[in-house]
Amino acid sequence: MRCRTLKKRPRNGAAGNDGPGRVLTAPVSWLVVGIALAFCFSSDVFGAGWVLGQQSQTATGVVRPGPAELIRALSLRDYNTRIVVLGTTLLGAAAGVIGTFAYLRKRALLGDALSHATLPGIAIAFMLSSQKHLGLLLLGATIAGVLGVIVVLGMRMVPRIKEDAAIGVVLSVFFGAGMVLFSLIQQMRTGDEAGLQSFIYGQAAAMLGRDAMLIATVAVIVVLGSALFFKEFRLVCFDRSYAGAQGWAVNWIDLLMMCLVVLITVVGLQAVGLILVVALLIIPAAAARFWTDRLTSMVLLAGVFGAASCYVGATLSALMPRLPTGAVIVIAAGVVFAISMLVSPHRGLLASMVRQWSLARRVARQHLLRAMAEFEEQRGAGTVVRFDELLRKRTWRANRLNRLIRRAGGGGLVVAEPDSSFRLTSHGRDEARRILRNHRLWEMYLIKYADIAPSHVDRDADEVEHILPPALVTELEQAIAKAGRIPPSPHPLETVV
Amino acid sequence: MGWNWGIDGWIVLVGILSACSCALLGNYLVLRKLSLMGDAISHAVLPGLAIAFILTGSRSSWPMFVGAVAVGGLTALLTEAITRYGKVEHGAAMGVVFSILFAVGLILIRQAADHVDLDPGCVLYGNIVQIPLDAIATTVPPAVLNLSIVLVLNLLFVGLFYKELKISAFDPDLATTQGINASAMHYALMIMVAITTVANFEAVGSILVIAMLIVPGVTAHLLTDRLGMMILLSLGVAVASAVCGHVLAAFGPGWIGLEASANTAAMMAVVAGALLGAAILFSPQQGILAKVVHRAALSAQIVRQDILGLLYRWRELHDGRGQAMRRDDVLAAVGGGRIARRALRRLARLRNIERINLEGQTHFRLTGSGVAEAVQLVGSHRLWESYLDKHFDLAADHLHAPAERVEHYITPEMREQLRDQLTDPTHDPHGKPIPRHQTPDPPTGPDAGRP
Repeated sequence: MRCRTLKKRPRNGAAGNDGPGRVLTAPVSWLVVGIALAFCFSSDVFGAGWVLGQQSQTATGVVRPGPAELIRALSLRDYNTRIVVLGTTLLGAAAGVIGTFAYLRKRALLGDALSHATLPGIAIAFMLSSQKHLGLLLLGATIAGVLGVIVVLGMRMVPRIKEDAAIGVVLSVFFGAGMVLFSLIQQMRTGDEAGLQSFIYGQAAAMLGRDAMLIATVAVIVVLGSALFFKEFRLVCFDRSYAGAQGWAVNWIDLLMMCLVVLITVVGLQAVGLILVVALLIIPAAAARFWTDRLTSMVLLAGVFGAASCYVGATLSALMPRLPTGAVIVIAAGVVFAISMLVSPHRGLLASMVRQWSLARRVARQHLLRAMAEFEEQRGAGTVVRFDELLRKRTWRANRLNRLIRRAGGGGLVVAEPDSSFRLTSHGRDEARRILRNHRLWEMYLIKYADIAPSHVDRDADEVEHILPPALVTELEQAIAKAGRIPPSPHPLETVV
Repeated sequence: MGWNWGIDGWIVLVGILSACSCALLGNYLVLRKLSLMGDAISHAVLPGLAIAFILTGSRSSWPMFVGAVAVGGLTALLTEAITRYGKVEHGAAMGVVFSILFAVGLILIRQAADHVDLDPGCVLYGNIVQIPLDAIATTVPPAVLNLSIVLVLNLLFVGLFYKELKISAFDPDLATTQGINASAMHYALMIMVAITTVANFEAVGSILVIAMLIVPGVTAHLLTDRLGMMILLSLGVAVASAVCGHVLAAFGPGWIGLEASANTAAMMAVVAGALLGAAILFSPQQGILAKVVHRAALSAQIVRQDILGLLYRWRELHDGRGQAMRRDDVLAAVGGGRIARRALRRLARLRNIERINLEGQTHFRLTGSGVAEAVQLVGSHRLWESYLDKHFDLAADHLHAPAERVEHYITPEMREQLRDQLTDPTHDPHGKPIPRHQTPDPPTGPDAGRP
């Protein structure tokens, strides 16, 4: 039943041709085309598989780089730099794309677990091959990684084991098993454990043409896979049970998604190492989340963020001495994340601080106006209110009240009179009476419908008066009071002297 | 290579101390769904180690310890901050923080690599086998002392704040209303985790720390519902994995003919994983095996009851005559297969049905006690149909299916309540009589035991 429903996909896709699914996959396909194009343009460099690892890094890294070297590195003139930068950039783009789905699926740290889980696979491949054969190692890593994913997904059968615990168990136990195997290998065959080191910390600088080729292939597979299964992934990410109720084979879709994560993780091991590859999966996606609420744009942005961090990181580490590529890439991604978290327009920290600050200002101004309106109510329109009277009206500090009045004066709401007193302008009076009416209406509403004592309604209304939408005010007026009139206060305005 | 108390004894002791100190705190991490915090902290302390090293220029333990614990606490703080202010999911925030901190640590170590020999690998794998070598100089290896101190600290922490930790683990909001500062408890726990993690690095490496923080807690949680018992069980798992882990690591390869020994710390993690696997399979309450057995028993019971109901209705149909049903028909009616055959045998053994031969074929019919059982079941069925008919707007041909499912779960008390509610009906909506439970008469003839 499950398998059959997975095959239902094309028909559903055709049926929903004008639906969002079809429209949204288009940009992802463009990303694939872009990556493929970039790959084609640079394909002339991926011919021979020279070993250009460490020596050139030390060669460029002895002196501080001048502008010429900077341009040289940024424009990818060196064969070695070109391979490393292109390889990691492709990796970053693909990791960003698939990482978005893992992030939305709340499986961000699964990448961490399965990157550790690849170790026993690598170790067994290591034992089986007479010499280090990269293809075999990566195959072993992939198999072990997929196994790790299956174990994590399978542990959900036991309700007591939460997903984070399952991830942690797979991470540590698989890694332990890998270490056991490696400790045995180490004693039986000497001088081989250098291979292990390069997997744990990554060795982007030693990337060969064929490594970059492999990364490019996997990147294209992953991005194509995400584009093809975009609709399925989106369904599973946002509403798994709904997808299941629709007859989708959610478990298989889940597994497919995680297998793509495994692929990226395995090729990423070499570039950035198994501890940092998780950063490539999580950070671009988390950063992209700040900028958009749409999945398509998030996938694209995460791809761009990942590619950009890898490009910058790889270039920098080629320029400077003793900068491990993987670490610099992660720092670059971290900078992108920090900037996104700070300045993104809707979810950013600065934006929300500005929003809060302007709300606080508006509320304070409305409090001032309402206080003035209450004085006018008792003493007649155009009355002059002294500063100390105002100060006693609410619990506000003198200097804040001063600033408030200055600002309200600037906005043409109040004017200063001699002897540190103030009165409302006609524009200010309209605004003040509107707020006072909102306040009273809400008080009346609370007394009448929520059955709250008149002496207790002032505080509640104080909070709500600022955010009452006009439609609600009209409704309240119809229910409680005559239109346009301000109802009298239900409780004594005791602070007025 | 035999067991040598002077070497293996110390290794096992260090393993036990470190595993227990981790497992103790791990229980709370598992309960609070913070399992991966240990992972995050143990990776993130790298820059703390590096900075302490660069500042002091020595590999002495104290500055490094302080630096690592500080960065460990920072990891928890930053994760909380990103989760709260950035509205990033907790796991992702953890991943962001620890991977960036780890990267910073790697760069720092690489920059300082000229002056120092600080191997990040040592942090990963630990060095448990070399610990006894320290014992040659002094009587007790320093690692044993350090880990004992940490274990005692953890015991004190858990012992003194047992109630507070418990409430904030299960219900942070309740903790807050009871005047317990849940977030203070959270950070205290995080600091203790950081201290434990860092103290264990040298001995057993971060991977084992992660394994010991999570695996014993998860295992114990499968075995019990009580926190105190869970802590005790997790300590037991920790001790078992330390002892078995070292034995397997030291001698296991020899058993399969390899001239080598495996990494003890890693083997401890593997043993802990195997114990967890055993708990997943065999735990009496939560285990997969228990569930399979329970389901099999339930389905066998349901098939038995279905056979009784079937034979009862057959008997009703052939009022008094030919009330025995052919064996093949019975099997076919309840779905056949081994479960049905076994149910027939069981019922025969319980003397609820009896086997007779008619026209050379095996037939079955109810005995007196079988009728008594069947009366309860069919009574439940028909009462439920009447109840559905009265209270739900269901078509008459839709009543049977739900009643067929529910009849197995209706207790005698519920049956009485249904009777009361329906004012003691005699017939169900289909017009069939609702049988009442009576004391069964001894079977005397073909019609024996009829209600």
